[in-house]
Amino acid sequence: MNRLRKSEILLAVLFPLPLFLGIGGAYGQDSLALAPVAKVTAVDTPNDGGGSITVDWEVSPDEAAGKVTTYHIFRASEGGEFQLLGEVSSGVTKYVDEGTRDGTKYIYAVQAIGKEGKSALTKSSPVWSRGQWFNTQRTNMLLVLLVISAAILLYIRKARAGGKLFIRKIAGLDAVDEAVGRATEMGKPVLFIPGIMDMDDIQTIAGMTILGRVARKTADYETTLRVPVCRSVVMSVAQEVVKEAYLDAGRPDAYDANKINYLTDDQFGYAAGVDGIMLREKPAAIFLMGHFFAESLILAETGFSIGAIQIAGTAEISQLPFFITACDYTLIGEELFAASAYLSGEPRLLGSLKGQDVGKAIFMAIIILGVILENLGYHFLTALMTTG
Amino acid sequence: MRRQIPLAITLVVGLVMVVQYFVPHKPVGNLYDLFNTWAIVIFAFAIVLGVGNLIKIHGDRIYRLERGWGYSVLLLLGLTVMIITGIGWGIEPGTSFFYLYWHLYVPMSSTMFALLAFFIASASYRAFRARNFEAFLLLISAVLVMLGRVPMGKALWGQFPVIADWIMKVPNTAGQRAIMIGIALGVVSTSLRIILGIERAHLGGE
Repeated sequence: MNRLRKSEILLAVLFPLPLFLGIGGAYGQDSLALAPVAKVTAVDTPNDGGGSITVDWEVSPDEAAGKVTTYHIFRASEGGEFQLLGEVSSGVTKYVDEGTRDGTKYIYAVQAIGKEGKSALTKSSPVWSRGQWFNTQRTNMLLVLLVISAAILLYIRKARAGGKLFIRKIAGLDAVDEAVGRATEMGKPVLFIPGIMDMDDIQTIAGMTILGRVARKTADYETTLRVPVCRSVVMSVAQEVVKEAYLDAGRPDAYDANKINYLTDDQFGYAAGVDGIMLREKPAAIFLMGHFFAESLILAETGFSIGAIQIAGTAEISQLPFFITACDYTLIGEELFAASAYLSGEPRLLGSLKGQDVGKAIFMAIIILGVILENLGYHFLTALMTTG
Repeated sequence: MRRQIPLAITLVVGLVMVVQYFVPHKPVGNLYDLFNTWAIVIFAFAIVLGVGNLIKIHGDRIYRLERGWGYSVLLLLGLTVMIITGIGWGIEPGTSFFYLYWHLYVPMSSTMFALLAFFIASASYRAFRARNFEAFLLLISAVLVMLGRVPMGKALWGQFPVIADWIMKVPNTAGQRAIMIGIALGVVSTSLRIILGIERAHLGGE
């Protein structure tokens, strides 16, 4: 009995021993059962405004065997304790710490975690973040911008000096006079729709420049100009543009602010409102110039149904087929931006169009060269033209 | 001065926006977000101008009893009801505003959108008439793409989806990219003209 008791006591003493020694799978969560991550590199995130460090590591050798489930990323200020920063799943070898203080030194550590346990921490060298003054990934963009801008400015200068420039005919813009003239003859108004986006959209700005030219013509021809708009700021700008055009034409008395009115910010509410104006007032000429979405065809088809001459222009590629189908003339993409220069006939503005053409020639040459090089197995041009 | 001040503001802001694209360092790199925030605030306040314009135009129409003045009454009534219910009782589910929004505004908006189906049908009918060689090509490609996109097309001939994919990925993408390059150049050119004050039509002048 005494011997049995002794063995029981011995068992009771020895049984928990493995737990204290860290032996045994069931309690292995705290053990260093996994091979550590091979190498941890922490660098200041390139081409950013600071406040960020990128941590990279090579996966634990145990990941191939499927033993690793996640990686824990730790951070310590120099001389401080490591704090858990975040975790990523296995297979991921990168973590971006967006919460660093510029100039402060940090050390990062990565630990593999699995069902069988975890690995030891693998630490990086000290690193600190700082902002960069130039985004090197955009060097190619800067070069292209400089070349195109130089070409545009060069041709503007040439045009100013009286150089003769050939500008191809744009049928849609040649028809502006015809459209306004037709409305005048029929005694019906001209309707100008500047898209549904606000003044921070370049297409709306392009639309406003065309509105200025159209308003000048309606002022000259003494034709009513209606401009229903979808945005309050666009309304203010459109009123100012039309007012100035009428002043320039010497017809300030013909300007009516009520003809340039706000309908609604809602896309389809606006489409309904403009459709109503079309059906009630039956304009003889309709200009759709700006940024349009799904309402484009609703507007253009209603305009078609009342027999108006329609000239549309947009750089929204998905809406171009609708305008081409439903309108008499369509300014495709770049023609929308060329419209103001073309209509004004001013040499300086026309010079910019010529510069644009030089840009196009450069792009065509790069594309052809790129296709040839890619087919020959040289990829440096593609890499050069890739932006970050 | 009415021209010079807007032109000066345009020049400074335009150049700053170009520079910030290439300079990520603070505070330059943060200017895009900052200006965007300002724009959002300005646009939000500008809604007052729009509402003021609506009230003025439709108020005048009612006062003069112009043709269709009843619709103006309805519009101003709707505007007032939505503002009062929204500000007075909130816009959360269960409120009057929420009910009006989901049971009046949304169905009306959807109705307008649904009209698109009929307009697409009528526009397609005109576009797909084979009047010349280009229109004939358009018709053929449209038919092939449509057949490739519906289950019946695949049932008729397994190669229809392959042909449709090729049309969309090769000639269609090539055409779209050509237009996109032109647009990008147009944007650069227009921006440059506006920033340098060469283009002034948006300010109402030549």
